[in-house]
Amino acid sequence: MLGDGSLERLKREGRIVVVGASLAGLRAAETLRAEGFVGSLTMIGDEPHEPYDRPPLSKQVLLGRAAADRTALPRLRSVDATWRLGVPATGLDMAARRVRLADGDDVPYDRLLIATGVRARPWPREAEAELDGVFVLRTADDSAALARRLDAGPKRVLVIGAGFTGSEIASACRERGFPVTVAERGAAPLVGALGGVVGAVAAEMQREHGVDLRCGVMVTALEGDASGRVRAALLSDGSTVETDVVIVSLGATRNTGWLAGSGLGAGPRGIACDAGCRAFDIRGIVTDDIYAAGDVARCPHPLFGYQFLSLEHWGNAVTQARIAAHNMISESTDRIPHMEVPAFWSSQFGVNIKSVGVPSLGTEILISQGSLKDHRFLGVYGYQGRVIGAVAFDHARWLPFYQELIETTAPFPPSFPTVDRRSDGQRPIDADFPDPSVPTHGPTVTLGGYSPADRRMTFTPAH
Amino acid sequence: MTQSLLHQILDHANRANPYPIYEQLRKTPVHHEDGGPYVISTYYEIRSLLHDPRISSDARNLASTARDPLAEPAREESALPPGFLRLDPPEHDRLRRMTNRPFGPPHSPHRVDGMRGELHDIVSGLIDGIGDPGRIDLVEQFSYPFPVTVICRLLGVPREDEARFHTWADTLAASLDPDPDADPTERGKGAHDARMQLGMYLAGLIEERRRNPGEDMLSQLATAKGEDGAMTTMELLSTAALLLIAGHETTVNLITNGMLTLLRHPDVLQRLREDPRLAVPIVEELLRFEPPVQLVPQRTTLADIEVRGVTIPKGASLWLVLASGNRDPQRFEDPDRFDPDRRDIQHLGLGSGIHSCFGAPLARLETQFALSELARRLENPRLLEDPPPYRQNAVLRGPRHLYVSCDGIRP
Repeated sequence: MLGDGSLERLKREGRIVVVGASLAGLRAAETLRAEGFVGSLTMIGDEPHEPYDRPPLSKQVLLGRAAADRTALPRLRSVDATWRLGVPATGLDMAARRVRLADGDDVPYDRLLIATGVRARPWPREAEAELDGVFVLRTADDSAALARRLDAGPKRVLVIGAGFTGSEIASACRERGFPVTVAERGAAPLVGALGGVVGAVAAEMQREHGVDLRCGVMVTALEGDASGRVRAALLSDGSTVETDVVIVSLGATRNTGWLAGSGLGAGPRGIACDAGCRAFDIRGIVTDDIYAAGDVARCPHPLFGYQFLSLEHWGNAVTQARIAAHNMISESTDRIPHMEVPAFWSSQFGVNIKSVGVPSLGTEILISQGSLKDHRFLGVYGYQGRVIGAVAFDHARWLPFYQELIETTAPFPPSFPTVDRRSDGQRPIDADFPDPSVPTHGPTVTLGGYSPADRRMTFTPAH
Repeated sequence: MTQSLLHQILDHANRANPYPIYEQLRKTPVHHEDGGPYVISTYYEIRSLLHDPRISSDARNLASTARDPLAEPAREESALPPGFLRLDPPEHDRLRRMTNRPFGPPHSPHRVDGMRGELHDIVSGLIDGIGDPGRIDLVEQFSYPFPVTVICRLLGVPREDEARFHTWADTLAASLDPDPDADPTERGKGAHDARMQLGMYLAGLIEERRRNPGEDMLSQLATAKGEDGAMTTMELLSTAALLLIAGHETTVNLITNGMLTLLRHPDVLQRLREDPRLAVPIVEELLRFEPPVQLVPQRTTLADIEVRGVTIPKGASLWLVLASGNRDPQRFEDPDRFDPDRRDIQHLGLGSGIHSCFGAPLARLETQFALSELARRLENPRLLEDPPPYRQNAVLRGPRHLYVSCDGIRP
């Protein structure tokens, strides 16, 4: 591809396959066409739906303000693709450059983009997970099923896990007036993403809105009645919650199972790629024809010590998709890196939450504007003397300023006065993130064996 | 000796076309003349300062040594405490939030949209009443009365009082537009009296609405009992005065600048006549190309801050020249061209950050209605004077009169 015309040929008559027909897949396809790719494009998706938007699924849909099957993503341009929807990819042959499908077909490619995203981590005990009334929330179908059940008027809703999705579900259910219990293993809601200081505010918000919030507990078992409907949940503190709807919100696992044995550097934490979204193989060598984008990708970020970050953010999916698409049909010198500062938003209990940077890398937090007490504030996260992230509760209009501090590695704590700095925000305090050495929901991987020949990786699933 | 750039901005002789001065200004993104304000004229710097929490809107943070030719005369604030436009958080946030409750989402998502029918009727009535199509003063006969009538309806001013209300609004608006030939003492007294009378009128109306609330904004503001509590009567008065002044003086100019620009671009006017939906991108491009608020002179620094290598000292007066940022070639391609087909019009015309225009949804809708109806109904309109005579004001810039003639007025 060194100006020998092969790139032009690829753009003219090449075959590009995108696995994953959601936000990242669609935006990548649009970019390919916008940048002059006129070859064949195949979009493979395991769901039967055309690409749709997920943020409304845990908010407007549960509130009954939008239908789960009406969140199709707007098409920014025609993509003129062959769509293989409702057919999961089951394997990848890197040498033959083919993607195997569940229906036995296989699809050849010259360039492959993997945008398979994540799926909800299911309740670990299969029999309990299958009880009627136990839900996860990731897909449009999940959301439609849950919305139907909520419309029927539940006696009580139990949400297991108080991350962003769990908290948004609890918020929507309270807004509709249902009794809600939230069980969270950590010390507070949102604690993994934003730390204990902000988590305490989230806990107050939940309780003020009537959520029966139980922290520091695990659900140990779900019980069904004779007809197979969920009836109650047993908690690690010995208590029981009687409930007819359980929503399991224990985060997500990356959809990389279909790549097992392919030789691609894909595992439970995603697909490792370079900053230009090119995937690594298991030997740590970058491929030139396989790219990854969106929730499933793990890219090194120059601003955060080249750490491999995988982000389940809407904006990240869009940006990575565009970058991957651009790079797969560009000369190496024209490729662009993924340098967006991570950003996400949530809406719960009437509060708009937005963050920039990577708060969870921070160790300290300074409340630079507003006050925790009012639940309206701006928190700046510091890591080793620099600003690494910021979170805004109903203060989003200030975030571009803090993003600039992160981009320019400004010193932490910021030394300047701001409007609305209160006395409780005069100095930084411990952001109170959970000890990373204590296992969370995530599975762990350990290495065993002595000689290189018998060294083995052992995979320990969650729970 | 050439005039300093600051004086050129203020010089009425340059009002009709200030853009060449802004172009000069952008060569020094942070322009400072001895003792005067720090003038910021480039897009990215303005945008970033509008989101900078080290920048205050509260005049009490100005250093006593900061001299500013646009500092408001003390008498303007004497009658009432500052509105939320001139306050910092948390007071700003509380008052703006409370004012927003009866005005916009999430609590009142349909307020502005629900006025469509009413806006259409007001616009139609004003065009019907134009009279002689041979010489129309679009300002007097249309773009001035329109927003005042709208704000009256929004606040809940009874129709029989609208005439009195218009008179006070006229006088107050005129006081924002200092005429160098008028006697300043006389004019100052007139404005003070108008302010007093308007204040007393509003206070009476608020009392009445507390006893007998309706669906209007004033009633809802007067009886609000949300998480933020209630506004004091003084807060209510300054908020109502802010909505009145900020809400209409800007829209008058946006509509007038809009018609002026369309008459200078007859091809766009023709397209609008054929497709009223074009009003949406036309208004956005107008806000970039001829924004009614040319500059924000009401900011100061809470600390020494560095902008493009220049340290602006704590307590300094800042001017953010929005209209110049909107024509910054670093941000917009071919910025001096009026082009409603631009794909990316992220202008500064309504500001940005926490003080971004509160009335934006209403101003947009008013102007879209006004321009598309004028385009549809005025037959073969043409400018009688180009450039038209401008108001004195360098901040709220717009024609004092816009004389237009046309062959007739379509039904």
